[in-house]
Amino acid sequence: MTRMAVLSAGLGVPSSTRLLADRLAEATVQGLAARGVTRAEVGVDVVELRALAHPLADRLVTGFPDATLEAAIAAVTGADALVAVTPVFSASYSGLFKTFFDVLEPGAIAGLPVLMGATAGTARHSLVLEHAVRPLFSYLRATPVPTGVFAATEDFGDGALQERVERAGGELAAAVLARRAAARPEAVVRPGGLHAVPSSVADDAHAATSLPFEELLRRAGG
Amino acid sequence: MQIGIFSVGDVTPDPTTGRTPTEHERIKATVAIARKAEEVGLDVLALGQHHNPPFVASSPTTTLAYIGAQTERLLLSTATTLITTTDPVRLAEDYGTLQHLVDGRMDLMLGRGNTGPVYPWFGKDIREGINLAVENYALLHRLWREDVVDWEGRFRTPLQGFTATPRPLDGLPPFVWHGSIRTPEIAEQAAYYGDGFFSNHIFWPATHTARMVAFYRQRFEHYGHGTAAQAIVGLGGQFFMRRNSQDAVREFRPYFDNAPVYGHGPSLEDFTTQTPLTVGSPQQVLERTLGFREYVGDYQRQLFLVDHAGLPLRTVLEQLDLLGEILPDLRAGFAEGRPAGVPDAPTHASRLAAASPADVLGVRPLATPTGVTA
Repeated sequence: MTRMAVLSAGLGVPSSTRLLADRLAEATVQGLAARGVTRAEVGVDVVELRALAHPLADRLVTGFPDATLEAAIAAVTGADALVAVTPVFSASYSGLFKTFFDVLEPGAIAGLPVLMGATAGTARHSLVLEHAVRPLFSYLRATPVPTGVFAATEDFGDGALQERVERAGGELAAAVLARRAAARPEAVVRPGGLHAVPSSVADDAHAATSLPFEELLRRAGG
Repeated sequence: MQIGIFSVGDVTPDPTTGRTPTEHERIKATVAIARKAEEVGLDVLALGQHHNPPFVASSPTTTLAYIGAQTERLLLSTATTLITTTDPVRLAEDYGTLQHLVDGRMDLMLGRGNTGPVYPWFGKDIREGINLAVENYALLHRLWREDVVDWEGRFRTPLQGFTATPRPLDGLPPFVWHGSIRTPEIAEQAAYYGDGFFSNHIFWPATHTARMVAFYRQRFEHYGHGTAAQAIVGLGGQFFMRRNSQDAVREFRPYFDNAPVYGHGPSLEDFTTQTPLTVGSPQQVLERTLGFREYVGDYQRQLFLVDHAGLPLRTVLEQLDLLGEILPDLRAGFAEGRPAGVPDAPTHASRLAAASPADVLGVRPLATPTGVTA
């Protein structure tokens, strides 16, 4: 099963951000189908951040996620592909969108193929994916595909948007399969060794069964 | 089973009056709280160590020694002693002295500290936090067990022919707990040495605590100190009690809503569901506390946080009176169904009784006077 998480930071109901996210997700499903992964073999988890606004604020204050946020984080960090779409607020991603990535553990989406999307009321924001969103995913060591899809309101009346959506979906599908073929090397080689183990390991005693203390002593000694 | 309280020594305004106690009042309140803890029959008082406002607890051994002089039975401990930024030589000396002054009625809990600037203020780097905890404790462990230590490491100046004085009382180094919220390396460290592991427990979901304790128990067994069930586990806890549970909720809510750690976040109702915080009647606190065993196993030490978030001293003392009232039922509940093989938390007296004379370090005079009297 190929897991795809679709994250939308749209606030309206209905939301043009969610609309774009759904189209990107569908294009990715079709891109996977064109590469031999049938629709039945793809599981899609939609994460609407609007419903998580309160849990995200609480997480900032308390340090731990409630059950709904924990499930959303697990859907994203456990996915093989991520479609992430934000509305443009004040020339950048929205605070809600950023907050979700702020509360992920370090390294949690390292290596994850991402398709970035953004919506705005005007085409003047069309480089927001390149100057704001792509650097965020680079910092998180995710791997955004070359095509990010920006949609101003007027683009929803233009067939060129769908061309970009399909190109981006194809790129994400290809990235998922390329990563699978490479046998997820980032899961084997963790830069920095023990210190780079995501703190979520602390939440999984089984994952932490190999911390021999002699190794910790050796590391402490530099 | 040891039952007691722990304090971080915060100076927080009372949100219902806006009044902030002075540092003097807060330090003296800590002593009053300790005396009350002994009066109501609690076993342990643990104090924090912090080096930044709004905390006054920068010198725990000073406060603990003063409290030790005013109490007779209360076991004095810490929550936590900063193993990262405090020189392990000073820890050996300060806590070694405390041990003699209170006739062994003490232990200590080591922690890393999570306030970034404290590290550079003491010449350290928070990114080295785990390495500091590992190396510094390795040295402290030796200083209490070897009369003369030659040592070289990364984080302090080398030692040649150094003897930490005073030597441990009866040759028994103070028992050490390692406290952690979410760091498996610290649980590993506790397991490696066969020391106690204290899970903060409060402010976090129980499922998280359960996994950390299970990991420590499994590693304790791995290192050959006993079975997983015999590992030495402590938990934090947090309550606010009134005889009528609605009164407890009404009185505590403004303190909860404005608390430094979790205030202005989830509702009191959500937080009491998500974390071990219990706000209600003594019976509710009793039942919730006795339920902790269901996810960590039978354990050795339960410490409650009772004096934070600006609660006035009078209220804290009332909380301790109420805790004292349910203490017999707590003890009976913890004893019920407790397997025979589960040990009590080690104390100086129990370890002295268990040690054969040959096991007791330092009963002999210092082996080599060189370097001691020179």
